[in-house]
Amino acid sequence: MAIESDVLVVGGGISGVTSAVAAARNGADVRLISHKKTTLRQASGLVDGLGYVPGRSQSTDREGSPSQKRRDFREFRDNRSEYWGPLITPFDGIDSLPDGHPYSVLGADALRSGLSLFDDLVGDSYLGGHTEKNALVPTFGGTVKPTARYPRAAAAGIASDNRSMLVAGFRSFTDFDARMVADNLEAAGVPFEVTGAEIAFADLFPADAEVTRFAKALDHDERIDGTPARQALADAVSPHVGDAERVGFPALLGDDNADEVRAELEERLGAAVFEIPTGPPSLPGLRLEDRLYAALDAEGVKYETGCPVVGYETAAGTPSRVETVLVDRSGQEIPYSASAFVLATGGFVGKGLDSDRDRVFEPVFDCHVPQPPDRYDWFVDDAFGDHPYARFGVNPDATMRPLDADGDPEFTNLYAAGSAVGGADVAREKSASGVSLATGAVAGRAAAAAIDDLNLELGTTEI
Amino acid sequence: MTNETNENDDPTAQPRATDGGSAVEPVDDASAGENSEIVEVFPEGDLDLRAGADDCYKCTTCDISCPVAEVDEEFPGPKFQGPEQWRLKRKEDIDIGDSITSCSNCMRCDSACPSDVPLSQMHNEARGEYVDEQMSVLSREYIRNRILSNYRTSARFASKVPRFANFMMNFGPVRWVMEKTLGVTKEREFPEFAEQTFREWWHDRGGAQVQNADKRVAYFHGCYSNYNTPEVAKAMVRVFEYFDYEVLVPPQQCSGTPMFANGMLTDARRHAVTNVTELAATIDDGADIIASCTSCSLSLRQEYPELFDIDRIEDVAGNTFEALEYLRIHEDLEEALSDAELDGQSFAYHGPCHARNQGLHRQAVELFRDVDDVHVEDVGDSCSGISGTYGWKAEKYKTSMKIGEEMFDHLERAEGDTGMTECPTCAMQMEHGTGYEIRHPLQLIEDALLA
Repeated sequence: MAIESDVLVVGGGISGVTSAVAAARNGADVRLISHKKTTLRQASGLVDGLGYVPGRSQSTDREGSPSQKRRDFREFRDNRSEYWGPLITPFDGIDSLPDGHPYSVLGADALRSGLSLFDDLVGDSYLGGHTEKNALVPTFGGTVKPTARYPRAAAAGIASDNRSMLVAGFRSFTDFDARMVADNLEAAGVPFEVTGAEIAFADLFPADAEVTRFAKALDHDERIDGTPARQALADAVSPHVGDAERVGFPALLGDDNADEVRAELEERLGAAVFEIPTGPPSLPGLRLEDRLYAALDAEGVKYETGCPVVGYETAAGTPSRVETVLVDRSGQEIPYSASAFVLATGGFVGKGLDSDRDRVFEPVFDCHVPQPPDRYDWFVDDAFGDHPYARFGVNPDATMRPLDADGDPEFTNLYAAGSAVGGADVAREKSASGVSLATGAVAGRAAAAAIDDLNLELGTTEI
Repeated sequence: MTNETNENDDPTAQPRATDGGSAVEPVDDASAGENSEIVEVFPEGDLDLRAGADDCYKCTTCDISCPVAEVDEEFPGPKFQGPEQWRLKRKEDIDIGDSITSCSNCMRCDSACPSDVPLSQMHNEARGEYVDEQMSVLSREYIRNRILSNYRTSARFASKVPRFANFMMNFGPVRWVMEKTLGVTKEREFPEFAEQTFREWWHDRGGAQVQNADKRVAYFHGCYSNYNTPEVAKAMVRVFEYFDYEVLVPPQQCSGTPMFANGMLTDARRHAVTNVTELAATIDDGADIIASCTSCSLSLRQEYPELFDIDRIEDVAGNTFEALEYLRIHEDLEEALSDAELDGQSFAYHGPCHARNQGLHRQAVELFRDVDDVHVEDVGDSCSGISGTYGWKAEKYKTSMKIGEEMFDHLERAEGDTGMTECPTCAMQMEHGTGYEIRHPLQLIEDALLA
């Protein structure tokens, strides 16, 4: 006997959670299956919509260029098809995206509805929903990233705010170089004074202590060398604060009690306190993952993590309908049946797409992934160039059903969402979360609607 | 390098306790030349973990999933214990670092890794090597760990005289001596031994009450539900008999979980031989294997085939299930429970790490979601911190409680003041930290179906 649900979502990242909730809110009994912890742990925890778009038509007027060097640079940049931005709002750029981009296929309203679903799921822990404009949030590389939503913990760091800023790094936390962050922000032309300082905090910790260790110590206000952690941190930063009205730290200021940690530091320092998202592994990503799974529970979605979906079966006589997916439980393939399925397994990093020397493929349903036949055409030589592989993924119709090579749906009841979907270069566009939210919202709704259609269909055939 | 080659060539070398499920041909084998793209750089023993080490792209996701690294800054984390240490050892004769003994074997790193690196397998290997080559068999730690990991042996004797054992094991002066001489913490209450073991009960009731050649399960009860909580084992039998299963109770020894966690791989292997032989025989009789302890099922399913090469071990691994998991696959449990009447109880459920690894930690919550008058609340993904024998060691007790602190807090915030979990040692820690009575989901199903 198969384990049954109306809609079964394969994959547990932002797109999986979004589609599961969208389907549940449309009346479906939903189950979500995720193999491993999500790639959110490797993401910044910022939720972007669209920050950059492929360059507009190339400038042909090169006569006025000041020097050969400048002309060479322009030529190089044009050939590399430089991206244009940061965009004032994500919606400004949708018209400039290529036809196969998920935003072009689904339209701006899909992104709006994905973002509003997100706002609902995370409550007041994320900000940015009050406006359609992108926020500019400092990163640990000292760049500013255009993003649609950002954690409350990052709020006081917004780059369009002109309050003076101190960036504080710890000598014992080597992944974050505060002075480099400050220098780069300054070089980026931010409208405020910014300085960086390396401080001695938790020097007892070895240089490779985990970000979770710092967070735990602050969360529980553990004594470090006799002094409570929060006080010890404030004491170490205080001498550097000067006139700074806000102080940024690497994102490790607590976990369960993060709001409390920030509030105490603000009181002790007399300045606003914020976090700058770090590289992987990312605590803001981990916190977002926790929040999204709590939301799943609250929405009544069933979920299980730890076992992979390794294949599918169709019913005899209906090869175009997925009847069950097979979950590998330590070697046993257990069937899970549903009326509709959502493929939300992620891209290359999340292992929703895989490749060998001959082809790029989608491993669960083997959906068609458009690609050049010669693997040397999958990439370009410029490391930061326009890599075709960045846009690889399944090719959906307007209800997010993946299409086969002939342009017909692969299956009548399979929908796709997130990075498994092709057409977007999310790293260059700064659109990864937005694409997941938009495609997830549409795929989840369409999957729930498909159950009703199916019930009607079965109802008539039975009579 | 030289050292390794010598070791491999030495015909008198002792065979390693583990023999691996992923043996590859050695480099000088003629067949190696057939595949021109794979170059064997390092000569390996039977168990080649290189592919696993190569799969690690150092994202550090495992490290932020590690409950020990979260409270102990000196613990270098699963990425070091696994792929990094393995690579370090390739070229020079470097000892395994003693931080491997701080790994609690919760195996959370396995389910965190996006790249399928066999982290816990690497940790088990490293721990085994550490114990074999760097730990003196006369050291207090070795003796203590040997006693703790062979809990079955002590429990067997204790359960002959349960009342005396219960008195002695919680008698202050005895525990003081145990801590001083053996390093077993005196902070914990020793679990009570049942006056009648599960196997004695099984024998007294005349074995299986249902005969059914079509629906047959072999019960791997493990040590704890035999000696300490036979009520869980009895619930398992009664619930399966309710669904018309014939239950077999084959002879069995320890699943090996505490032995893996203490690097006592030779002991674990000896027990595994008995278990695999006995369980494989039940498969031949048409049975699937069921465990009620999630660490036992994890061991049979995952650690056995990863660490040992015993005839039919894959067969046993592939036919083992956790009890509730099995019923959900084969029976309409929801339907069976739909008329159940329970008296408005609320439970604070803690998902054991080893249940998470098998994808099982949400099943109890979801199963009871639609049952009237019962509320099972998932208290979140905190680790209990006891990890079997780990929290019983005097020098690890504090770490164990520091990890558990968050779970205690979450349990107390939950509505119910009875705890629920599948894992016997998590139950011990939950009780120790909150004073709650702890039940197994099978006991609640028993109440619902058979009361």
